[in-house]
Amino acid sequence: MKKALAIALAAFMLVGISAVPAKVSAADTDLKIGVILVGDETEGYTAAHMEGIKSAAEELGFPADNIMWKYKVEENSDCYDAAVDLYSSGCSLIIANSYGHQTYLDQAAEDFSDCTFVSMTGDFAAISGKENLKNAFTKVYESRYVSGIVAGMKLKELVESGELTEEKVPEAFDADGNIRIGYVGAFPYAEVVSGYTAFYLGVKSVVENVVMEVKYTNSWFNIDAEAATAEALVANGCVIIGQHADSTGAPAACERLLKNGKICYSVGYNVDMLETAPTAALTSATNNWSVYYKYLIGAFMNGEEIATDWAEGYEQDAVAITKLGDSCAEGTQEAVDAAIAAIKDGSLNVFDTETFTVGGEKVDSALIDMTFYDYSTGTPTVIYQGGEEEAITDGYFSESSLRSAPYFALRIDGITEDAE
Amino acid sequence: MKEPLIRIVKRDMSPIPHKILVRAIAIILALVVDALFIYFVTGLNPFSVYVVMFNGTFGNQMRILWALRDMVTLLGIGIALAPAFKMKFWNIGAEGQVLIGGLATALVMTYCGNTFSTPVLFILMVASAIIAGGVWGLIPAIFKSKWGTNETLFTLMMNYIAISFTSAATNYMRGQASSLGKLNMGTKAGWMPKVFGQAFNVNIIVVFALMVVMFIYLTYSKHGYEITVVGESENTALYAGINVTKVRIRTMIISGAICGLVGFLLVSGRDQTISTNTAGGNGFTAIIVAWLAKFNPFYMALIAALLTFLSKGAAEIASTYALNDFAADILTGIILFFILGSEFFINYKLIFRHKEVRG
Repeated sequence: MKKALAIALAAFMLVGISAVPAKVSAADTDLKIGVILVGDETEGYTAAHMEGIKSAAEELGFPADNIMWKYKVEENSDCYDAAVDLYSSGCSLIIANSYGHQTYLDQAAEDFSDCTFVSMTGDFAAISGKENLKNAFTKVYESRYVSGIVAGMKLKELVESGELTEEKVPEAFDADGNIRIGYVGAFPYAEVVSGYTAFYLGVKSVVENVVMEVKYTNSWFNIDAEAATAEALVANGCVIIGQHADSTGAPAACERLLKNGKICYSVGYNVDMLETAPTAALTSATNNWSVYYKYLIGAFMNGEEIATDWAEGYEQDAVAITKLGDSCAEGTQEAVDAAIAAIKDGSLNVFDTETFTVGGEKVDSALIDMTFYDYSTGTPTVIYQGGEEEAITDGYFSESSLRSAPYFALRIDGITEDAE
Repeated sequence: MKEPLIRIVKRDMSPIPHKILVRAIAIILALVVDALFIYFVTGLNPFSVYVVMFNGTFGNQMRILWALRDMVTLLGIGIALAPAFKMKFWNIGAEGQVLIGGLATALVMTYCGNTFSTPVLFILMVASAIIAGGVWGLIPAIFKSKWGTNETLFTLMMNYIAISFTSAATNYMRGQASSLGKLNMGTKAGWMPKVFGQAFNVNIIVVFALMVVMFIYLTYSKHGYEITVVGESENTALYAGINVTKVRIRTMIISGAICGLVGFLLVSGRDQTISTNTAGGNGFTAIIVAWLAKFNPFYMALIAALLTFLSKGAAEIASTYALNDFAADILTGIILFFILGSEFFINYKLIFRHKEVRG
């Protein structure tokens, strides 16, 4: 017994002596940043944020050792615990990347006024009355619009080549001769509505006679449900499947159906889908989070004021579409470049009221209620009172200017949402 | 007849120094095995990993406080389990009993938050949590007494029912929001008042009070004696005129009710919200706490502190070195394995053949 113990102790010491000494961090700043992530590097949405933070820090020379990460933090009180732990470890800027983290970050912001909390994609920082709570979002609807143009170009090609006609593919047309397209949405929130409307308007800017059907999965990430929803949409005759959900389920389903002779192409989200669907994937709308993180970390390092609501799009290259797939129609790149240039110079507004109607009428006014409600008792109770503000200015719906989080929730003509 | 190489003999009572020695050796061996794992699998320096692990709990003042908060959750549930286990009633349902108590609290908070004054609201919250937890403990006890059902399976399955109820309720309560968020964010109705700066300090005080009360209850009360007798032998209990059914049902109500109370503490004092993660597996970990401490509430505090230290350390290792959670869990798993294994050497001794020959 004693001998065994002695050997074990000896081994223990040997390992200790021979092991490499801990890396001494060469930090030239005392500032620390804490990051609370809903997933980890294996999940597309979180991976994009991690990549954005890392590349921004590297570019600005912010030491990587001074960034503390909390992975797979669920949208419950774990988030508050994570925030407290990061704060107590010396972080004075704490970022959380999921919408559901916001209320917990809000409480942390109340408890620790000497730390700045950024709730990515959150919506109530401005009305919470807390100077140390911030929100940020990209104008991803701009890249969704552009991805819609890519899909529109494909539709145009299919029609012009005679592959997609009412005689050959009757299920792809409605009674009025409009071409059917589909959209896999996560939840019926403004964020999704804004995105699918922009996508639809992008398609419509190329092919006028188009109608879109939206189906919800009620989850941000559910590979099986997204695949099944895409299949159901294709069965209803949809020839393009857009998505606002985080998995590769829909593109994979499109690829499978396309190989079986169906006409269906996919427009993805967040990440390049070409690996999953080499022929069916046209492109994906993405965010370039590093643009924001560069702004945020830069301002943090210099002790400058951080914007309460930050929203940028193509103008600062905060959004993009991924590499065009081989199936894209000829001339797509030119159309895309032209649209991006027009968005950048301000001559093209995605939600131009000339391009859509609600209930057959042009929209002149859209009042947005900025209030944040609590729904838990069944009747919405006000938590943070916000004003009602007019979103339509100069002939277009001005998305992400009243606050960073999307609020376009008009249901425009030509799009049908499937009730549960 | 040939004598076996090793004979295992039960020890009557280990002397305290022996117990301490065995446990110390176990911990050292565990650290050695961990060090080998760290060095050969992750390529890190074991000593710096141990420093990080230590800092998980003792890194700063806030962390110590937070560790204490998590430790009392574990301890509170362990205390709830002790009387049931001592009676040899295998209550594996603490997770569900805690959760259902928490759910009752959350529902009262949400739907009565604006109706009643704060004291009345708190009385209602505590009462509903205790009743809900008590009922969750009572049901398996009744079934066991009337129809002889297996309480291990029964209490285990009650967990899943509680989780489903919670999941359904939170899904309903979130309404149009994507997740439930904090309850009564606007009014803070039903939020435990802050004591010494933190709401959860109330949890710490309540659980430590419960610890003392449970020790007295089990050691000095008639109920405690009855529980011990029923646990040792039902026939003896019957012979002594103890109503086994009554003791069993009473004890399970107490066990469930304390779990329910812990649920209340978690929802009101710690989280101010409810999710299926509110109990967070503590209902299962507390089984180890109760067992390792041999149902002594004071030992339970030590064990709960150790387990909290290990889990905080593992989380800190995972986040500092960007290791997978599982790698850190292996480290704490190894330590736990050795500690559990050391119980064997405390209760039994090995006698080798050659020793016997000499003797």
